Amino acid sequence: MDSRHSPADPTAEMISTKIVVAGGFGAGKTTLVGTVSEIPPVHTEALMTQASESVDDLVDTPAKSTTTVAMDFGKITIDAGMMLYLFGTPGQARFWFMWDDLVRGALGAVILADTRRLADCFPVIDYFELHCNLPFVVAVNRFHGLATHTVDEVREALSLGPEVPVLSCDARERGPSTDVLTALVRHVLHGQQAGRTQPRHAVSG
Amino acid sequence: MRPYAVTRGRTRSRRPLLLETLVSIPPEDPGARADLTPECRDIYVLCGGVRSVVEISTELSMPLGVVRVLVSDLADQGLVSVHATTHDLERPGSDILERVLRGLQALPR
Repeated sequence: MDSRHSPADPTAEMISTKIVVAGGFGAGKTTLVGTVSEIPPVHTEALMTQASESVDDLVDTPAKSTTTVAMDFGKITIDAGMMLYLFGTPGQARFWFMWDDLVRGALGAVILADTRRLADCFPVIDYFELHCNLPFVVAVNRFHGLATHTVDEVREALSLGPEVPVLSCDARERGPSTDVLTALVRHVLHGQQAGRTQPRHAVSG
Repeated sequence: MRPYAVTRGRTRSRRPLLLETLVSIPPEDPGARADLTPECRDIYVLCGGVRSVVEISTELSMPLGVVRVLVSDLADQGLVSVHATTHDLERPGSDILERVLRGLQALPR
């Protein structure tokens, strides 16, 4: 806890952060957000600007791509002065994760993998690895306890390097789902300590 | 509501307001001024309980872009405080990340 915090005014030095929950259609993104959030997940739709463009030039480039993006969000109180927000999407938009508002500022991402549709993860992984250099972990969502693939098989199928954590979880269970978030934050921490550059989304602002 | 009527045509905000950016009323509550527009007054009242930009948008059914402009205006007038996000830090230090870890580990399972 920051020692500058005054108990009399817990809002004086508040800070917030964000984790993105990504993955293919039906991989359990909304489920995971709802499982770990302290509020019921809020479903909303927002007009968003596509990433990789400057976000503050709407007037200058009227043709820039915007669309209404559906998303679910939840939150976790980290301590009296810090909130963690989680953003996922119901998944009807295949490339939703490219929307700047969802990704900009995120500590990292959880990519949920459905072993029946592993290929759905490829565009997500490519985006985080190549486009915005956002650290991520892959969580294999084991619906109904089915263990059809081992974690190693998933790592190989997705061509993930040894540094990327791959876990299994049941997105309906709080403990294992929280463990996935913990693994991501550890991964970000280790990446920093290893001297990797802190990812910055390509968008300025 | 015609969204860009309430912002007088402006579509950009001057502060980086991310979805998760927290907005609150300053400790020395200045009080809602009589000349605030209804939309600004709604935001001011809501932020008495501390809200993120995305929560303001959903709870007031106001487009994100409008929320950003109005929050930025309110902040310029000293009526609301806009808090930092980890994105504002040059790089979120290990102290911040360890703080997130401790918070997650303290959650009921």
